[in-house]
Amino acid sequence: MIYLDHAATTPLDERVLEAMLPFLRDQFGNASSVHAAGQRARRAVDQARAEVAALIGAEPSEIVFTSGGTEADNLAVAGLPAARPDGRQGIVTSAIEHHAVLHACEAAARRGAPVRIVAPDALGRVAAEAVRAAVDTDTALVSVMAANNELGTLEPVREIAEAAHALGALVHSDAVQAAGQIPVDVRETDLDALTLTAHKFYGPKGIGALYLRRGVAIDAQVLGGGQERGRRAGTENVAAIVGFGAAARLAKDELRARRERIGALRDRLWRGLADVSGAERLGDPDRCLPGHLLVRFKGIDGEVLVLNLDLQGVCASMGSACSSGSLEASHVLTAIGLGPEAAREGLRLTVGRENTTQEIDETVRILRHIVERQRELVVSHG
Amino acid sequence: MADRGNKGRVVCAMSGGVDSSVAAALLVRAGYEVIGVTMEIWPEMTGAEMAHHGGCCSIGAVEDARGVCAQLGIAHYVLNLREHFQERVVENFKAEYLRGRTPNPCVACNREVKFSELLRRAAALGADHLATGHYAQVQGGPSGLHLMRAADPQKDQTYVLWGLGQDELRHVLFPVGGHHKSEIREIARSLGLGTWNKPDSQEICFVTGGDYRTLVGGQSPPGRFVDRFGHDLGESPPLAHFTVGQRRGIGLAAEKPYYVLELRPGENTVVIGHREELEGTRCLVEDARFVSGLWPTEPFDCSVRIRAHGREVPAEVVPQGNGEAEVHFLEPQTAIAPGQSAVFYAGDECLGGGIIA
Repeated sequence: MIYLDHAATTPLDERVLEAMLPFLRDQFGNASSVHAAGQRARRAVDQARAEVAALIGAEPSEIVFTSGGTEADNLAVAGLPAARPDGRQGIVTSAIEHHAVLHACEAAARRGAPVRIVAPDALGRVAAEAVRAAVDTDTALVSVMAANNELGTLEPVREIAEAAHALGALVHSDAVQAAGQIPVDVRETDLDALTLTAHKFYGPKGIGALYLRRGVAIDAQVLGGGQERGRRAGTENVAAIVGFGAAARLAKDELRARRERIGALRDRLWRGLADVSGAERLGDPDRCLPGHLLVRFKGIDGEVLVLNLDLQGVCASMGSACSSGSLEASHVLTAIGLGPEAAREGLRLTVGRENTTQEIDETVRILRHIVERQRELVVSHG
Repeated sequence: MADRGNKGRVVCAMSGGVDSSVAAALLVRAGYEVIGVTMEIWPEMTGAEMAHHGGCCSIGAVEDARGVCAQLGIAHYVLNLREHFQERVVENFKAEYLRGRTPNPCVACNREVKFSELLRRAAALGADHLATGHYAQVQGGPSGLHLMRAADPQKDQTYVLWGLGQDELRHVLFPVGGHHKSEIREIARSLGLGTWNKPDSQEICFVTGGDYRTLVGGQSPPGRFVDRFGHDLGESPPLAHFTVGQRRGIGLAAEKPYYVLELRPGENTVVIGHREELEGTRCLVEDARFVSGLWPTEPFDCSVRIRAHGREVPAEVVPQGNGEAEVHFLEPQTAIAPGQSAVFYAGDECLGGGIIA
């Protein structure tokens, strides 16, 4: 099997697994307990919190652990406007956000909050100027992702934050795809909130975090005990948090090496496909995540490509997966101006750490063959 | 068990029911490389809609089919055919009802979705054949392929397959068509398939809650009841609530029960009358097709079925131009409903059919 769907999830790093195992076995304490078992768990959670904070240039106290990226996005979109002392309610976001942000914005709109959705350009870039134009005196929050999950396009979050702050809005960024892949620094970018999750950089699933700038108030959405300084209730998932911390530390240490290696493999993949008839690379090749390649072979449905690749042992995707596993036209490709047919033609190949040159070359060979055969089918069926 | 895949690749359409589950199992046993697919045809539902419908049937079907494929050790994919299904089946169904006709959505689905778009997608997956859990059989002969009734006469589904031609038959497999339903359940049970005792589906699959009238007639205004001579007999519910031959829902007091004779959407009237007035000896069919692909030049005798759960009756079919044919019944028939299929049989062979005009 050749795995080229690292934007969906990544394999668990062996070193991360080793760090987690004690907390799935004998180190079972509840981090809120006063006794020795609890204290050991608490120390492990504290250490992981510091490691996650370090990955994004934050303070440990600014990290709120959640069940994953979706919960962190929901918490930011619902919780930040609700806690604003000045009563601002409006939200400005982009059309290419993950559904964890978009659906949370829709829910806010149903409750009466004015929501404005900014369109990206044809490369998937959300211009700071467009965001500025959408913000007004009622805007509580601007949420624009750091990198798009389908296109890999990097967003000008620093400029967006500057523009939004000048108009009194808070700024959140969904950095689920960017964190651990490229340098992310919440101070340099001047963000109030940022979402990240472990399983996109070789950590476990089911654990994420919301960075929340010190002094910024938020209304908790999961209510119960006082965990996470009252910002997210529930017994800490200690093993997953420890894995998150280990994965963050490794990502920080190895960031440059991973980025260069993955980027080179991705470029090799595109070089192998660029001359296929009807091949088109989508997104912004100059400002793109290192592992992302979104291609389209004109006239060939992305579903056909993904399923045929799977039948030949190559894991790829069309975009984000839906609950029942079927493939829909992408809202991202629609937003960058593709028609309904073309928006179903995207094929997302996302390279990761463990991929090899041989795997990339094999994928090129298989994919070229599939495209060729589909073109023949179209001809023979008229 | 034969070596996996030595007979070529087959895509098996799986609804999550027992018939298509066993179809896949029989193909695996016969040595095909089988890929299970489930068509996703319903619009996406919100959480509230799912709660209202007591669970999302399409997700349930997908889970059942996926479970069977896992048991059989074969790949399973969900194919999104929502747009095709909405356009070609649901919209057509609504439009036909609003025209005062009684459509058969299964005929439209088989012809316009399963054995066209799904067949195309199976080919795109490199499959030589598309298999379904239909009760029907295909037989080869010197003059081409023949669509034959299922071995189990109670379950025969050729009535909804008359729109298939030679191009389709060449690429379809009906693995359960040679078996009785009881054998199919027995096979499913012996294989330990989780779906072995699922009840047979009866209702129109896309009408949740079992009432198509709300789907098509929700927004239409009431009409008028009239008799054959145009005399007004009072206000009627919307026309979409009626089909030709229906007795229920008329609610007018009379010595003899009233039946719906005809629906006239142009004047928004429901023509009603007594049972003997429902009888007719002929009908015109349009959009007629013959499985052989050959349009007959001469009138011919055959048996004709005019509703899904009816019996065949002897008739003469007189081909016309433009895909039309006249059907002359030897005995008068009651409730010949426009929109339903008239399907032609010679013995156990399904010759083709058309839509009653």
